[in-house]
Amino acid sequence: MKIIVAIKQVPERDARIRIDSAGKWIALDEIEFRMNESDAYALEEALLLKEAQGGEVVVLSAGPERVGQTIREALAKGADRGIHIASDRLGEYDALGVARLMAAAIADEQADLILTGLQSDDLGLGQTGVILAELLGIPHSSLILKIEKTEVGIRVLRELEDGWFQHIEMTTPALLTIQSGNTRLRYATLMGIKKARSKDLRVIEADALGVDAARCVSLDSVMLPSRQKTTQMLTGTPAEAAAALVEKLQQEVRVL
Amino acid sequence: MSTVLVFLEAKSGEPTRISLEALAAGAQIAAATGAALAAAMVGAATGAGFGMLGAAEQVFAIEDPLLAAYTADGFTASYAQLIAQVKPEFVVLPHTYQVRDFAPRLATRLGRVLISDVTGIAMDAGKVTLTRQLFQGKLNGQYHAVVGSPTLLSVQAGAFRAEAAAATQASVTTFTPNLDAASIRTKPGEPFRAAAQTVDLASAPLLVSVGRGIKDEANLPLVKELAEALGAELAASRPICDAGWLPMERQVGSSGQTVAPKLYLAVGISGAIQHLVGMKGSQCVVAINKDENAPIFEIADYGIVGDLFEVVPALTAAVRKAKG
Repeated sequence: MKIIVAIKQVPERDARIRIDSAGKWIALDEIEFRMNESDAYALEEALLLKEAQGGEVVVLSAGPERVGQTIREALAKGADRGIHIASDRLGEYDALGVARLMAAAIADEQADLILTGLQSDDLGLGQTGVILAELLGIPHSSLILKIEKTEVGIRVLRELEDGWFQHIEMTTPALLTIQSGNTRLRYATLMGIKKARSKDLRVIEADALGVDAARCVSLDSVMLPSRQKTTQMLTGTPAEAAAALVEKLQQEVRVL
Repeated sequence: MSTVLVFLEAKSGEPTRISLEALAAGAQIAAATGAALAAAMVGAATGAGFGMLGAAEQVFAIEDPLLAAYTADGFTASYAQLIAQVKPEFVVLPHTYQVRDFAPRLATRLGRVLISDVTGIAMDAGKVTLTRQLFQGKLNGQYHAVVGSPTLLSVQAGAFRAEAAAATQASVTTFTPNLDAASIRTKPGEPFRAAAQTVDLASAPLLVSVGRGIKDEANLPLVKELAEALGAELAASRPICDAGWLPMERQVGSSGQTVAPKLYLAVGISGAIQHLVGMKGSQCVVAINKDENAPIFEIADYGIVGDLFEVVPALTAAVRKAKG
């Protein structure tokens, strides 16, 4: 089975969010980046499938040079090779544009399965995978927790709302967006990190893919959200804040 | 005249609450742009639920046996065909798990991009601008659709107020899509629920809920002690249950339980929207978080910005002292 895993490099979750001077995105200096969480689960599912069925895992990512580190991390965890769509201006593409770049970059791969996380931790659109499936003309399922191989294709476990689930049978090639939490994520071993250095990482310039960067939607500005409630902030030392809270819980909330 | 077309979801023949919120969002855009409001829902036109769509001037019942069970292929093809007939300027959908599954495919088929999970609609210099959250709610982004139509958007649960059903009965037109069984490439099974729950968080009056900020399973006793001191049940955000540190049945949020206790004490929870939808009905929310900009503070009644490893033990001690 040949599996492509599309991963995104995003600012780490605890990163301090500051708006840049143009008010259009966050300031990226002093930010540390890491693999998008649900993409890490997609990679884990791909590696588990490969271990069980044999085959190849190819990681695909788009972005500036720093994205190479995240691809190397995936290679260190066990992916076989990487494809880096290189662009310093990826923000100028909308989700359809990015998916078109990806579709063009993997057009010759003939993968059986394409996996990606269900949404990114930064933009949170939750769309790129599904758009890619439509562009490639293959079926998809989203919010997938488990993948089993069947005689004609795959059977997947999809998460629905409020604790409901559903099995879906589908043919391959197919695209799945993976929900986090079904498995424990592995760490790269020292041996894996060493091996990753010699694995094939192909860099394709985005501009060479012949994709029109014209957008359908535009992100005009970003801003801090306004508070919906008036929050009473309790300050002081931990002991003072705790004492103030207990007083509120006794006298105003009346739960103590 | 241009049209705003709202696609609704039905449960047992009735439009769901979030669908009526989407209809309200559609009505807002129609009023602002001088467009007509149309609604569409899968089901037989004789269904009573269609009577609740009176706010719309035109209502379509999308009817086909192949739509009895949801599939992305069936819904994408049917909706695309109705859009081709109605030619709306705006298409509005509720941001549900189902819409998340097919709407990006629908938009792509139309050569467009869906603006997903919208929380606000405004007019700016004659154009409609849409607000959605970025970075798990830490930022808001303002979007607009560039030339071309339709503009497709999905609206977040609770972001718009569902209007009471209009008294007038809308006239319902049956729309029969041209579907072919072979074009539906997935075979969905019956939905099922996971094993019976042994913890009923929904009935607990006091909840102490723990998130990513706890950092390690070994630190959980810290919040367990606070919960015991308060006489509260222990809950968690998704990452804690994903990691296996607490069982899934203690998870609060869109994929877990929905709770509305007297007190919801959130420890080290940043407050991503998937978590907030599960607890924002709580009577009192207390948040302890090291990041003063964490979205949880937007809905908290009381907040303490600080290191939970210092604040929680202090709070446990203070609660014990108060209880004597």
